[in-house]
Amino acid sequence: MTSAVQPGGQSYSTGLPGGHEPANLGDILERVLDKGLVIAGDIRVNLLDIELLTVKLRLLIVSVETARELGIAWWESDPWLTPDRRNLEQENRQLRDRVAALESDQDGRRPVEARRERVEERSRDRDRADD
Amino acid sequence: MSRSARGIATERTIEDAVPEKLGVWIYAVTGSLPGEQLGGVTGVGGGPVRTVEGAGLVAVVSSVDLTTFGEEPLRRNLEDLAWLETTARAHHEVINTVSRVGPIVAMRLATVYRDDSRVAAMLSERREELTAALRRIAGRTEFGVKAYAEVTGLPRVPGPGADAPAQPAGAVPGPGPGTAYLRRRRAQLATRDQMLQTAATDADAVHAALGGLAEAARRYVPQHPQLTGESAAMVLNGAYLVDADRADEFVATVRALDDQHSAVRLELTGPWPPYSFAAVAETS
Repeated sequence: MTSAVQPGGQSYSTGLPGGHEPANLGDILERVLDKGLVIAGDIRVNLLDIELLTVKLRLLIVSVETARELGIAWWESDPWLTPDRRNLEQENRQLRDRVAALESDQDGRRPVEARRERVEERSRDRDRADD
Repeated sequence: MSRSARGIATERTIEDAVPEKLGVWIYAVTGSLPGEQLGGVTGVGGGPVRTVEGAGLVAVVSSVDLTTFGEEPLRRNLEDLAWLETTARAHHEVINTVSRVGPIVAMRLATVYRDDSRVAAMLSERREELTAALRRIAGRTEFGVKAYAEVTGLPRVPGPGADAPAQPAGAVPGPGPGTAYLRRRRAQLATRDQMLQTAATDADAVHAALGGLAEAARRYVPQHPQLTGESAAMVLNGAYLVDADRADEFVATVRALDDQHSAVRLELTGPWPPYSFAAVAETS
């Protein structure tokens, strides 16, 4: 491809081991949480819980619903690309639902809502007039 | 430097249910480390980094306040992303620094002992495993290579109703604009899927080629775009343990592979301390 190899952070060009600062947070977390020698210390913290809660839910995600979708796939032994495919399927499903809702609902709920808003505006105006 | 017991209560037993004031956070284990190499290095929580010796090995540690790094507070704090980032970077920084001096076995984040004597006991219990790991890592370094799928040239799909055909009066209603939109969208997704498949094949080839140059190789699960800040899908997230004298060759090969495989864009990171190969080496 046209793009050159992009060294992460400050790259290999320093020529020294460990010369790569500042490294991407994701790469660091991946290594310090997921790799490294695991020896049970005296203080026991289950990093599996942490990976689940912090990394999957809070680092990546906007909503719990999305988290559920992504969380299953990230940092687990799912085959690669599964997350992407799952997202596409879900996106497709959501689009179908939305289109169906729009098509069946065109002269239903929305005008009612619009009317209700107008009523509220009128009543607010009235309140102001009363003041 | 020998077991300095600065401020650490060494007499209490492990069964003691009352939380200690200080604990010992361990970063890495190495064969030997002259104390002056640690001058000024700061650990997690800001304390000075020091060493604990045992069984001919050296643990790189720092004392930590157990009101922050004890079991319960640690569990809570690790859920705080800002705290996690600071702590992870500090842990990494120490490992990075000592890995410049010589081979090290990196410890996973949040390995905490009650006192220095417990660290020394661990060194002695795990001596064989640690020594083997140090031997495996000596003279080698870790590189990371990511491949992103180059998914380009896809036409933008207009939204539903954007080009709704005018229905002749009395005609049998055809598929609505929503259905037409979904058809176009499906076709687009199929094309994208194909590109991802090609990228996947390229990624496998890249990983195989780099694995051939490396002493060991591992594949991480690809990172999510929200984490990478890349919109492109990551199709390879590899780590490679490379002999120091083949590092230049490895880097050149990454560049060459990037040119050869048009469906992916490669990104090289490192050299890293050999985190990914601290435990049993895996070749895939």
